[in-house]
Amino acid sequence: MARTRFPADFGLSSRMLLTMFLLGLLYVVFVAVLVAVLGGQWLWLILLIAGGFLFFQYFFSDRIALYAMRGREVSPRQAPELHQMIDRLCALADMPKPKVAIADSDVPNAFATGRDQKHAVVCVTTGILRRLSEPELEAVLSHELSHVAHRDVAVMTLASFLGILAGFVVRAAIYGGAYGGFGRSNDNRDNTGFVILLVVLASAVVYALSFLLTRALSRYRELSADRAGAILIGRPSTLASALVKVSGEMARIPTRDLRAAEPLNAFFFAPALAPGFSLSSLFATHPPLQRRLDQLARLEAQLGRQA
Amino acid sequence: MRFLDALLGRTKPKQPKLDALFGVTAAAITLEVSAGLKPTGQAAVCFKPASGEGFAVASEELRGLLELAVKEAGSTLRVEDDRYGYRWVVLGDPDPEDLVTAVHLVNSTLEQHGFGPQLLCSVFGFADASGGRRCHLVYLYKRGTFYPFAPREGERRDNELELQVRGALGSDLPIEPELARWFALWGIPL
Repeated sequence: MARTRFPADFGLSSRMLLTMFLLGLLYVVFVAVLVAVLGGQWLWLILLIAGGFLFFQYFFSDRIALYAMRGREVSPRQAPELHQMIDRLCALADMPKPKVAIADSDVPNAFATGRDQKHAVVCVTTGILRRLSEPELEAVLSHELSHVAHRDVAVMTLASFLGILAGFVVRAAIYGGAYGGFGRSNDNRDNTGFVILLVVLASAVVYALSFLLTRALSRYRELSADRAGAILIGRPSTLASALVKVSGEMARIPTRDLRAAEPLNAFFFAPALAPGFSLSSLFATHPPLQRRLDQLARLEAQLGRQA
Repeated sequence: MRFLDALLGRTKPKQPKLDALFGVTAAAITLEVSAGLKPTGQAAVCFKPASGEGFAVASEELRGLLELAVKEAGSTLRVEDDRYGYRWVVLGDPDPEDLVTAVHLVNSTLEQHGFGPQLLCSVFGFADASGGRRCHLVYLYKRGTFYPFAPREGERRDNELELQVRGALGSDLPIEPELARWFALWGIPL
């Protein structure tokens, strides 16, 4: 009797599981290589430093993100409608209410952060409040609440740990090399140079791979949040129209500082390898708009089917 | 497997719990004795209308069923949409038992059509003899718990009365333990 109108999307779940598995595998191989090449004590130091960063990012993610976006927490008196919407969505989804914040920015955007449901913050910009209709705003909020329910901050922080680790090793190896090698062993200078080169190479490869994998994971999690959000409000097309509106506006307003060029993009000359496959789609944190709209259209069709 | 579901980003829509609703009849007696609050004879079911043909069909069928049931029991019925996009089915019946049955009928019809996850809450109206102090009893489907909501003018809540009601009903109904989830419902058509 109790049932839902939406069948589970096993394809999405299995693709995400595969990505996580590859990340984990990469992690294990990388650590094994480090142990084999460097020996124990260096590895511990590197793990400690990278772990410290991870810890910091994990526990302060809500404050870091809010500070970066200049978001301020608002009380139910200051933003009654926003609070009412979130209240009701939380009751529908049966989750504790997150903190609500507004950022003074004309770029239409919203984000959720915080390591778990108790420390979650949902932040919207004044730009999105101004541009979207009430149902559309509600759809965006339910997408963000799905991120909270899926614990995306925790998952993505852990997933990107490998990238941070690899980055540290490259740096440590270069500095270490400059000060005369890791072991300061005087018996074989050439060998030390070779080891450092090997470590830098391995770390660079790991960094590139983990970068691609975390980006892929991030895209899958966006699709999951779209799906769960649309199901929560029971109106996939409302979320779709909010997406079209926001991305249409986003495309016109540059969000990235001109000086902050993507370091890795510099390595690629051609934007596309083959027709229908673009490199930018590998690096994006969000799936292409068309893919998100297609998924929502499928959900809408499932909803349309009669009981 | 909540952890795995979160890890894979596939949290499932939560299904409602309907059984606790029937406890309201007994709670109405307790409230009258201990807090002087009487049932106003009105109750409402609030849900989020979904898009698509499936929901439209369920809506039609629900309306037909309700009008039939309402005619039989001699109660009243009206449907209103609020500004947040939620739909309220407001039921009126002087007999608390019939009222609870009607509320349950609305809920189970929606659930049978697969719209259980769209249910937000049910609200039962209570007020004191003069009608000046109102206190609604709100049922959260997803939690299976109740909480009191006493609105005052200017979007304020009478927390004292709410806590008093919580104390009175503690043994009759499952009361929502987390105060943060006693969310306000301003401008409800009750």
